Amino acid sequence: MNIDIILAGVGGQGILSIATIIGNTAVRQGLFLKQAEVHGMSQRGGDVQSHLRLSDKEIASDLIPMGKADLIISVEPMEALRYLPMLKPDGWVITNTNPFINIPNYPDNNLLMNRIHALKNKIAIDADQIAKDLGSARSSNMVILGATTPFLKLKFEDLEKTIEDTFIRKGQDIVNVNIACLHAGREFAMKK
Amino acid sequence: MQKLLLLGDEAIGQAALDAGISGIYAYPGTPSTEIMEYIQVSKQAEESKVHRQWSANEKTAMEAAIGMSYAGKRAIVCMKHVGLNVAADAFMNAAITGANGGLVVLAADDPSMHSSQNEQDSRYYGHFAIIPIFEPSNQQEAYDMTIEAFNFSEKHKIPVLLRVTTRLAHSRSGVVCKTKRPQNEVKLPDNPKQFILLPAIARKQYKELLDKQTTIKKDIENSLFNAYIDAKDKSMGIITTGIAYNYLMENYPERICPYPILKITQYPVPEKQIAKMADECSCILVMEEGYPIIEEQLRGLLNRCLTIKGRLDGSLPRVGELNANVVAHALGLPDTQGEKIPDIVAPRPPALCLGCPHIDSYNALNEAITPYGKGRVFSDIGCYTLGALPPYNAIYACVDMGASITMAKGASDAGLQPTVAVIGDSTFCHSGITSLFDCVMENTPITVMILDNSTTGMTGGQKSHGVGRLESICLGLGVEKEHIRILKPLPNQHQTNVNIIAEELKYKGVSVIIPQRECVQTLKKRMKAKNK
Repeated sequence: MNIDIILAGVGGQGILSIATIIGNTAVRQGLFLKQAEVHGMSQRGGDVQSHLRLSDKEIASDLIPMGKADLIISVEPMEALRYLPMLKPDGWVITNTNPFINIPNYPDNNLLMNRIHALKNKIAIDADQIAKDLGSARSSNMVILGATTPFLKLKFEDLEKTIEDTFIRKGQDIVNVNIACLHAGREFAMKK
Repeated sequence: MQKLLLLGDEAIGQAALDAGISGIYAYPGTPSTEIMEYIQVSKQAEESKVHRQWSANEKTAMEAAIGMSYAGKRAIVCMKHVGLNVAADAFMNAAITGANGGLVVLAADDPSMHSSQNEQDSRYYGHFAIIPIFEPSNQQEAYDMTIEAFNFSEKHKIPVLLRVTTRLAHSRSGVVCKTKRPQNEVKLPDNPKQFILLPAIARKQYKELLDKQTTIKKDIENSLFNAYIDAKDKSMGIITTGIAYNYLMENYPERICPYPILKITQYPVPEKQIAKMADECSCILVMEEGYPIIEEQLRGLLNRCLTIKGRLDGSLPRVGELNANVVAHALGLPDTQGEKIPDIVAPRPPALCLGCPHIDSYNALNEAITPYGKGRVFSDIGCYTLGALPPYNAIYACVDMGASITMAKGASDAGLQPTVAVIGDSTFCHSGITSLFDCVMENTPITVMILDNSTTGMTGGQKSHGVGRLESICLGLGVEKEHIRILKPLPNQHQTNVNIIAEELKYKGVSVIIPQRECVQTLKKRMKAKNK
């Protein structure tokens, strides 16, 4: 078993929170893991990505080779497209539909969404709205994570356990709402 | 044994603790910052009272580490590659003094310049100083080789240069840790003259350094960290350094390469194994994460013997970091690149944060300086370098730590007046103070803006030496009190700030303007911690 994931977003959007939960779940299941992060200048509002590699065998490179990623998980629609050269021909793109606009020449949203819908394998999810409906606007990343679970090859219960471990110091209510977001994201993806 | 999920940087930090260091010295710099940060929050470091405060710059850090080694204890000093330029004087001479307690110098290089102004390869420094270099290829080796580096340093009484690059420093993986070793007791050097580099003693010490090389070379030739992995197809032999090995193996999913490999992670280069490869293989492909150092050594000036492939003949790109795809190309394997980036995707460069005080400082400066025209603002290394980008287009130079003030001085000496230097509080304390002193000594017409956000911002908000001291430092250097002006960089203070800057631009002497407001990122962090 191995799975290679590109996590994409903008510096400050917290893509590493998704990486941490997938990573800790993989470790719980005894898998090998490598996760390359971007620190430094790009974290100041620039495009950032993390390479997350899971395998039952030892992993060689910290970076995923171009054209070998199974999944692109993006918390922002334009950033999902930036990493298409990394994606396998039959790979999947899972992206939030809410743009993060911090540049003057951000593309027209309709054109952008048309381009995303033209992809062969994609889940485009309004994670912000779903998280808000569940009462925790800040948990949209958990909705996106949920939408990736049908592709992740990780045990869903183990993901739930990791989320519990991650958020328990903030209280059971926070754990519950994050797990609810995870479920909602998963249901959305399964319907597609 | 315990398995931890660690960044390469964190693995080095944990290993240094387990190796029994008594101190870590560093100045923040991507991609090295996380080593100190890891040790600062470590319970183990707290319990064993390991020194773990940031230094003013890499040179002071290096000197303190040499002092700790003098006293018989183990020390690590960490910096980014260009930081080693700052520390070079101390570094080069530490090779001549040699070590007493284990002394490890960590340089984190940044090929492809993700967060740097050049991609210099620190291995040249190791070679220059004639000291051993360790260059781990993965997180576990980063841990194991850090511990080995301390033992090696004490065995041969020599500093060891530990070199990593961005992708190892900032990538996480499982690391198995070893048993902890206690710290050394204070113990003076056996030879009381070891650290006195008077010419007569230095000559002896230098000879000793050269004499040590034989045993060092032998140890490294027999080291398990340098591996010769033989294979049947001798049409090519491959030499990898550091993480290049991973990109090679990535191209062979079963992890069996058809060609013999010499995996180098320790220097001086193991000559015996290289000779074996040269004897047995028709050509050698050299894959280095950095400059083509071994490749140049193998080619020599004449390049008349064996065919050597690598970065110099175009088999691999001359610049930038390696990856599995460029390595595949060098091996003649097919490219796997996916779909192109759609045209609709716009570039998203880094930018100053929303509400950043530097924005208000640049807006005021831009307005005040308009009557004099463009090209008069010299900046420095930090978040405020982003003032070079639109919509500010406010600065015209960024060269090295502290250069803003002295470059502006040189331009002022040349007759370009008024000139402005823009420097952060942490960078000012790192290397700007002596520059300002030069200006004071000549009463140079110059306006220095110390953008005081009370932190080292670009690297994530580490403690800055300047907090609460900038004004008194400038006074102490001899800047006149009436030409030290404190501003509040806020939009509603814009006109006041423009007026003050305009006044000081007119002054034909040294002015210091200090716009003071906390970094929005550290403010956010502080508020979050307070609410917990």
